[in-house]
Amino acid sequence: MMTRGKKWTFYILLMISAVVMFFPTFYAFMVSFMSSEEVMAGKLFPSELTLRNYQDAFDKLPLLHYLMNSFIVSISVTIGQLIVSSLAAYAFVFIQFKGRNALFFLFISTMMIPWEATMIPNFMTIQQFGWINRYFGLTIPFFAMAFGTFLLRQHFKTIPKELQEASQIAGLSRFQFFYKVVLPVSKTSLVTLGAYGFLTTWNMYLWPLLVTNNESVRTVQIGLKQLQAEEIATDWGVVMAGVIVVVIPTLVLLFAGQKQLQKGLTQGAIK
Amino acid sequence: MNGQPVPQKTTTPMANVNPSGFWKRSKNFRVAMLYLFPSFLLFSVFVFYPMMKTVYLSFFLTDYEGFPSLFVGLENYAYIFQSESFRKSIIATFIFVLITVPFGVLLALFLALLANEKLKGIGFFRTIFASNMGMSVAASSVIWLFLFHPSIGAFNQFLATFHLPQVEWLLDPSWAIISVSITTIWMNTGFAFLIILGGLQNIDEYLYENANIEGAGYWYQLKRITLPMLSPTMFFIITVSLINAFQTFGQVDILTQGGPAESTNLIVYSIYREAFINYQFGPASAQSVVLFLCILVVTILQFKFGEKKVHYQ
Amino acid sequence: MKKVELRNVCKSYDGPPQVVTNVNVTINPGEFFILVGPSGCGKSTILRMIAGLESITGGQLLIGDQVANSLMPSERNLSMVFQNYALYPHLTVKDNIVFGLHVKKVPKEERKRRCEEVAAMLGLSDYLNRKPRHLSGGQRQRVALARAIVNESPVCLMDEPLSNLDAKLRAHMRAEIRQIQRKLGITMIYVTHDQMEAMTMGDRIMVLNKGEVQQVGHPLDIYNHPANPFVATFIGSPPMNVVDATVAHNQIHIEGIKPIDIMDSQLANKEIIQVGIRPEHISFASKEIEDKRRNIVEVVNVEVLGNETVIAFKLGAGEWMAKWSGQWRVQIGDRIPLEISYDAISVFDKESNELIKSPKVSDLHVFEHEVI
Repeated sequence: MMTRGKKWTFYILLMISAVVMFFPTFYAFMVSFMSSEEVMAGKLFPSELTLRNYQDAFDKLPLLHYLMNSFIVSISVTIGQLIVSSLAAYAFVFIQFKGRNALFFLFISTMMIPWEATMIPNFMTIQQFGWINRYFGLTIPFFAMAFGTFLLRQHFKTIPKELQEASQIAGLSRFQFFYKVVLPVSKTSLVTLGAYGFLTTWNMYLWPLLVTNNESVRTVQIGLKQLQAEEIATDWGVVMAGVIVVVIPTLVLLFAGQKQLQKGLTQGAIK
Repeated sequence: MNGQPVPQKTTTPMANVNPSGFWKRSKNFRVAMLYLFPSFLLFSVFVFYPMMKTVYLSFFLTDYEGFPSLFVGLENYAYIFQSESFRKSIIATFIFVLITVPFGVLLALFLALLANEKLKGIGFFRTIFASNMGMSVAASSVIWLFLFHPSIGAFNQFLATFHLPQVEWLLDPSWAIISVSITTIWMNTGFAFLIILGGLQNIDEYLYENANIEGAGYWYQLKRITLPMLSPTMFFIITVSLINAFQTFGQVDILTQGGPAESTNLIVYSIYREAFINYQFGPASAQSVVLFLCILVVTILQFKFGEKKVHYQ
Repeated sequence: MKKVELRNVCKSYDGPPQVVTNVNVTINPGEFFILVGPSGCGKSTILRMIAGLESITGGQLLIGDQVANSLMPSERNLSMVFQNYALYPHLTVKDNIVFGLHVKKVPKEERKRRCEEVAAMLGLSDYLNRKPRHLSGGQRQRVALARAIVNESPVCLMDEPLSNLDAKLRAHMRAEIRQIQRKLGITMIYVTHDQMEAMTMGDRIMVLNKGEVQQVGHPLDIYNHPANPFVATFIGSPPMNVVDATVAHNQIHIEGIKPIDIMDSQLANKEIIQVGIRPEHISFASKEIEDKRRNIVEVVNVEVLGNETVIAFKLGAGEWMAKWSGQWRVQIGDRIPLEISYDAISVFDKESNELIKSPKVSDLHVFEHEVI
């Protein structure tokens, strides 16, 4: 139970915070419908809801192609991460072997190495592999993920050992136990990790900037930079239309899976 | 990936040949290696090897393709620490970290505390506060670039309506770092908010009910129950935010390109410029090593001093 | 010590279905009062409304002589023990116990004195500086208890405080809680789903089902005179056997057994009724008993519990249970003779579910007292 005064204090604070936090996104959305005259006049709302800016954005840039690239890259990374991380997490939880803790520590230590500190040799590696402007260069380096392994390990640990014993008695091999029992039981964690992986890959910026230098596999984030660089002086409406197109997939994913994401990530964060 | 780890039989032909001894005892180890192999391969190629290569390159001068051509020992380090530009970059990075981490975490904590109340329609507010997590670096930066626009940007228009002096958000060297920080705080609150909210919801509701019966007020409960119980989450989010702050790149690239007067030339942007615009891979690698050490030191300090104050259940 | 009074108290969440309907009861000062019922019956909701953790959507709550509906939990001057104990994991046992005193700014010396006093009473003196996670389940339970009584509130609420303990410890804590309550004279309102706990601890019990009060009374009165078939089957273990029956020719007809002669006029004008009989009131029919009162039934299960035997047997479409003291060597499949006498049965109205007649056999205990 809450007193009325307290309740209203909270509502007012919530309202103010929501307006402040959401204003940039909201305003970008509004500007995406405005003509350049309206933008210059500093209006808050467009006079009419026209999709002209969106049309222009798609005309001036191969935005659809970029979107496609981003989807391919994000989905590949998501699936790759899920497979590689779950295999590793499985070994750390369900197989007793010498040096398990030391190896796990080695895994965790990779979290301390910032990706940016290794980007120069990585760029050269990708160049040597001939993976510049190839999907491989954008995806494979991100398949192994200490955080994902850690998160799944946390969840696998909650699976009762009896389940493994029961499946041994039923004659399941280790690998069968992995994909017939462990993976289905951990569906929620896998979905969380998948959503998180998709989100971060979709939003990746620096690496795609380095390893793509033409339109063939360029992702939509770099497309956005390109759009902004080309359109900046002339038409903010078109740029904002591009922004909205780029953020819609991730916002939809977030709105749909916010609760799940929050629960899953917290589980990984605190023991 | 299909079929990589082979299903294990209890008696393999191998085991018959050599029924006891090391081979059999290490069976679990070998099986585990099968499962860990993909991760190890990738970590080796894309994390461990390049980290060592970075250190290696930092001792060399390279050609424009990055192949080491001349061993110079620590000269690259001497060079970067003498260069005005890198010193500025380090200072800018620390200012940036000191602004974004505390304010970002406090803002996220504030929002999470609000959004954790049981009120009607709270789900709406939670979604709003979390939505920034879906905004990419590029999209957010472009939006804020517009908001910071000197004449038609919302901020200067807002100032104008109150007849306040206009601010050169991105063009004034002392403002630019603040503007980039504000953008970053806004972008990162979504994730921090979600994590902290999760931490708050993990606190047993009965603890508060008991405190209500005992007569503890909101601030008392915040101080004696919420914050201590939240400390593992806060510890986690502070660590993550610190590391993230050191790795900032996209905002700088879109908003300021490191300017004006290199006031926002954060370390990763500096590395990027040195390596991929100036083709100075040796000094760039030396900077990368500095970045790595910064993050290492911060993490170690965090764990050394932070962990003591954390209450795990 | 204060009384707690509920007048027509109702609770609903955003809409018509009421989770608690019209509760009327006065809990006397110093009384050990138990709310019992199956899960989802609204007992915890009532307790939480008394505590102020849930709002009351209808009726009045009086604590002492004061209307408490709109008081904050802290203004009601009561203490509460939660099912999961709600101990603060980051505080020591001592700090947990004095949490409320600290809030109320009781001086340090006084806090220390009261904490030590309570700790001694509950055998916690050696654990005061430990964190809850280093305690056993029973010890945690005691800390929760200590925290509730250290405040010296006149009213104490307990929400299934023993349900996380093992059976042996639970029996022990039942006695201990009862003793502490007597010693301190506090008014105790105690929620449980365990009818045994209710029977053994309560001065009075309130039986609830689907948010409605079924019966309020002394445990034995409820046992002997259950107000309706629900109470009859909920209180007592194994539960009372209840079946539909008809009345004709001054006899009760139950499917599967011989008609029972009606001995009085209580069932006049009734045609369709429900008959209930407690397992211990079904008696073994020895050879002397006349044939028309002997029923031969087939045994489907036997549980010998040391000094008593529970026999399940088929009767009509259902299965009944009988409980006899002593050890009975009966095999599954045996056919045994039973007697169900008019004096032993309870009768309920089929439509209103109300109790029409309760068994006479329980009066036997009075007879024993006279012998002593």
